[in-house]
Amino acid sequence: MADKIKVGVIGPGNIGSDLMYKIFRSKNLEMAMMAGIVESEGIKRARGFGVPTTIEGVDGLIKDGDKDIRIVFDATSAAAHLKFNGPKLKENGIVAIDLTPAAIGPYCVPLVNLDKLADEQDINMVTCGGQATIPIVHAVSRVAGAEYAEIIACISSKSAGPGTRANMDEFTETTSKAIEVVGGAEKGKAIIVLNPAEPPLMMTNTIHVRVKDKQVPFKKIEKSILVMVEDLKSYVPGYQLRVPPTMEGDKVTTIVQVEGQADFLPAYSGNLDIINSAAVAAAEKIAERMLAEGGNK
Amino acid sequence: MKNRRVRLVDTTLRDGSHAVRHSFDTKQVAKIAKGLDKSGVEIIEISHGDGLGGSSFNYGFSKTDELKLIGAAAKEVKNGKVAVLLLPGIGTIADLKNAKKAGADVVRVATHVTEADVSAEHIYAAKELDMMAVGFLMMVHMAPVERIVEEALKMESYGADYINMADSSGYLLPEDVAARIKAVAEAVKIPVGFHAHNNMGMAVANSLAAVEAGATYVDATLRGLGAGSGNTQLEVLAGVLKRAGVDTGDVDFYGLMDVAAEAVDPIMQRPQIIDNGSFMLGYAGVYSSFLLHVYDAAKKYKLDPRDILVELGRRGMVGGQEDMIIDVAYQLSQKK
Repeated sequence: MADKIKVGVIGPGNIGSDLMYKIFRSKNLEMAMMAGIVESEGIKRARGFGVPTTIEGVDGLIKDGDKDIRIVFDATSAAAHLKFNGPKLKENGIVAIDLTPAAIGPYCVPLVNLDKLADEQDINMVTCGGQATIPIVHAVSRVAGAEYAEIIACISSKSAGPGTRANMDEFTETTSKAIEVVGGAEKGKAIIVLNPAEPPLMMTNTIHVRVKDKQVPFKKIEKSILVMVEDLKSYVPGYQLRVPPTMEGDKVTTIVQVEGQADFLPAYSGNLDIINSAAVAAAEKIAERMLAEGGNK
Repeated sequence: MKNRRVRLVDTTLRDGSHAVRHSFDTKQVAKIAKGLDKSGVEIIEISHGDGLGGSSFNYGFSKTDELKLIGAAAKEVKNGKVAVLLLPGIGTIADLKNAKKAGADVVRVATHVTEADVSAEHIYAAKELDMMAVGFLMMVHMAPVERIVEEALKMESYGADYINMADSSGYLLPEDVAARIKAVAEAVKIPVGFHAHNNMGMAVANSLAAVEAGATYVDATLRGLGAGSGNTQLEVLAGVLKRAGVDTGDVDFYGLMDVAAEAVDPIMQRPQIIDNGSFMLGYAGVYSSFLLHVYDAAKKYKLDPRDILVELGRRGMVGGQEDMIIDVAYQLSQKK
């Protein structure tokens, strides 16, 4: 019986290449194909590692890829996922881990709701800021409820690609919505700031939550947050508190920093590291289930 | 400068919102907007101090929904145009559509001086909504002239109707302002404008230098009401420009003085002076709206506000990063 599930990546850019390095390290995922639409640095890089490649995108992956590929990461664009990749992967019974803002399927923040998404064919990884902050919002809401949660994500200008820059609203709107749907806040708000300082700053995120149940002692909320931070470190080792939780009136505040693992991208790109780490963590969980059910089809 | 036509842009109801901790109500807004319009001000900006959608823990909650304030101003403004500020990353196109419905005709889309490309989608949206769109570069002391020109050209290419440069920290001296205005005005085909802060006592002088160097639009506020030590004082600037022989259209500076005395003086929460903290904003090159948040953090963590400001400047924090004040204050308090 196979002890690894075969996976593919569509989109051999920065995100896709970093994903590949993380998959190499995985205990139960095997990198079975890198798909692009042109001959590119990323395709060459994958080939250099002996990974099968195609430049015919999702079609190439389905046609020429290993028939046992059961999970595919989509690191292309929202439009491509909506129009091509999402529907075609579904047709072929392949689970899609969507790293674009398309969000055909439900939002996934692994530590919070992956267990509930076991049967989904297409799961969306929200945004980098969402992956860094929603676990904390959830840590508060699970013990004291959340009337309102607000996050401020600061990423270095160098780690914000043209896609992010052209679609700032997508970031704020998607993250706000996921703070509600996944984080459990009645109302969510997200703010993103790009900072061009040199050397580039590590990704930092501030989380403010207005609790609903004012009777819950701060100690309990603090403990819930500290436990969540430790849990997150299991797949994002560079996740740490910069300012430990404090409470003023009904507002809980904490600031976290994400240092990337520098697999392919520099350490300051904690924003990209955390969304990729979350995507791989989600795939590993899904793979675990697939293996328990008898492995490759 | 003689006979040059310059347009005054009032931002009492937007930048001034910082100075009253976002507590404007519809009555105050209606009175100020009416007075400004009657006195011939052509563009009247109104929104949360951090732009549309700024109401938050991070920047302070608005006492009254900004859309209601925009609506109250729009009702009174007959000759001029109502403007809003929008910082991509905080405000969205959905917010802009609501502001347009409430009566806004102009949007100023503001980004950090090196990040103009995040304004593209919002400037496109403004043009689709048939609004005047202004490309607004903040913290222009943080980039060399050539870089500012590059960023201004990007905003022009998205469809901006004019480029506004903001000395958000009140850091620049007149010659620095002149160099920036001149270089951008020569590079773009659209007009340029300037937004000053008075942290080093240079706001009126810098605004005059901007006009001399070719600025067509100049931002100012009644009584200088604004973040940090405030902005260029509108009624004073109107008088100064008059003395310099600059044509400001039909601006009646007696009228402006009257609105300042009748509608602004009574609602000011602190004198708009250069106190120690606000001077340090200018000196250290820190975003002006950080000031009151720095005072709050200094009190909470028992620190000298100046130490927090200098550290924020050293770290290169940009507009919108008010949350990093807590971070800096916490880290400094741990070192003590």
